[in-house]
Amino acid sequence: MNWKIWSLKKSPWVFHVNTGACNNCDIEVVNCLTPKFDVERFGVTLVGSPRHADALLVTGVVTAQAAPRLIQAYQQAPKPCVVFSIGACACGTGIFHKGYHVVGPVDKIIREIDPNAIIAYVPGCPPKPEAMISGIVKTLNAL
Amino acid sequence: MEVIRHLFWLLVFPGFLFTVILGLYACWIVRKVTALIHHRIGPPVLQPLYDVLKLLGKETLIPEAANKTVFISAPVVGFASVLLLSILLWAVDFSPANENGMFLGDVIVAIYLMVIPSLALILGSSASGSPHAAIGTAREIKLVTSYELVLVMAFIVVLIKAMTFHGISDAQNDIQLLSLSAITQYQHTPIMSISGFLAFLAALLCVQAKLGFTPFDIPEAETEIAGGVLIEYSGALLALWKMMQAIMLVALPLFLVVLFMGGIGTSFGSIALGTGKYVLVLVLLILIKNTNPRMRIDQAVKFFWFYCGPVMAIAIVLAMLGKFYGKWWL
Ligand code: SF4
Repeated sequence: MNWKIWSLKKSPWVFHVNTGACNNCDIEVVNCLTPKFDVERFGVTLVGSPRHADALLVTGVVTAQAAPRLIQAYQQAPKPCVVFSIGACACGTGIFHKGYHVVGPVDKIIREIDPNAIIAYVPGCPPKPEAMISGIVKTLNAL
Repeated sequence: MEVIRHLFWLLVFPGFLFTVILGLYACWIVRKVTALIHHRIGPPVLQPLYDVLKLLGKETLIPEAANKTVFISAPVVGFASVLLLSILLWAVDFSPANENGMFLGDVIVAIYLMVIPSLALILGSSASGSPHAAIGTAREIKLVTSYELVLVMAFIVVLIKAMTFHGISDAQNDIQLLSLSAITQYQHTPIMSISGFLAFLAALLCVQAKLGFTPFDIPEAETEIAGGVLIEYSGALLALWKMMQAIMLVALPLFLVVLFMGGIGTSFGSIALGTGKYVLVLVLLILIKNTNPRMRIDQAVKFFWFYCGPVMAIAIVLAMLGKFYGKWWL
């Protein structure tokens, strides 16, 4: 296996992007860092800048205001970079489907600028921390 | 043969390789102890190594607005200077007695080498062309100007103590006055005296600020300015910064051990004891890190100038009185 991918699997640093979530998914994301789940065991760290990130945790339907920011954050992240759509909203606009402010689920926006982006989906409203951890594990194994 | 020996000394043991590995290990200790304080399990031993490897393998982005030369050279300069500092400390520690006075390890040199990482950080972040980094830079400059004087005053206390112990005051020994090896050679421990203890506490806080640990992590404040000084760095350059911070984690506590606790030495027993001293200082730093909230920058400046400064002035007076009356405990 390529050492770059191998070391990436060992230490995925995540950056949290809120693109119009109801804040419930965000709380569950932060929940993963608490003593009960402690994802630092697997080297997952929350970082403050997309430049340091290996994975973007995107929560929420992408609103018209948030779409350019999401694109910017994705372009600023050094590749290889995985995009996680966390929650029903991010996966497929969820309960806000056809809202006047919704410009699309996360994958649509990301695919517009990078058709080959690696996108993973963690559905749920909000998804449990266990679901997120399992999503991360499955994605990293698939790399 | 001589050349190979020197290269080995510089590159493998106790130079580059050894120090980097030790630094990454110290990084792990910091994260593990932090996790234990949170009642978490924490990362595996090799985690810092994985982090650095991964960063080396990632894309390195250079922002359009950045000044490329400075942006790239700043981490290299910072890394080189901490490496030099650690090699100096190892040299002083493992072969302090140098009869022909070829290498004494001047305290002033060490002080300069300790400032360079902060300066490199300031240069690199101000060259990155990001407003968040600009705020971080401004804070870092203020922080450096606030703790540097206190740190130097703490060193002065140690030097006075060294003179007290061994009567190094006559002119022909002037050169020994400022030398680190003279301080380690006699294995004296200023921390056992009142002024030395005060100086140790102040120096510990300064080291805390130099390492960017929590009450003084104002320039990097992840929650307000998103990583501040390092915000635009990615890939291999970020890995260099991380390795620089890892080596500082070895060099700065070691420097405190050399100055205040009599160094590490070369015999088996003293190495075990010295490691114990180093870990003690490290754990003290981690405990301060985990039990304090982040200060505002103005609070930090006030803290160093108005609280630590006068205390250090008192400590210097006490040390001089001790020297004058020949009382080692003052
Ligand atoms: S998926 Fe549910 S919990 Fe998450 S942001 Fe959407 S509505 Fe909120």
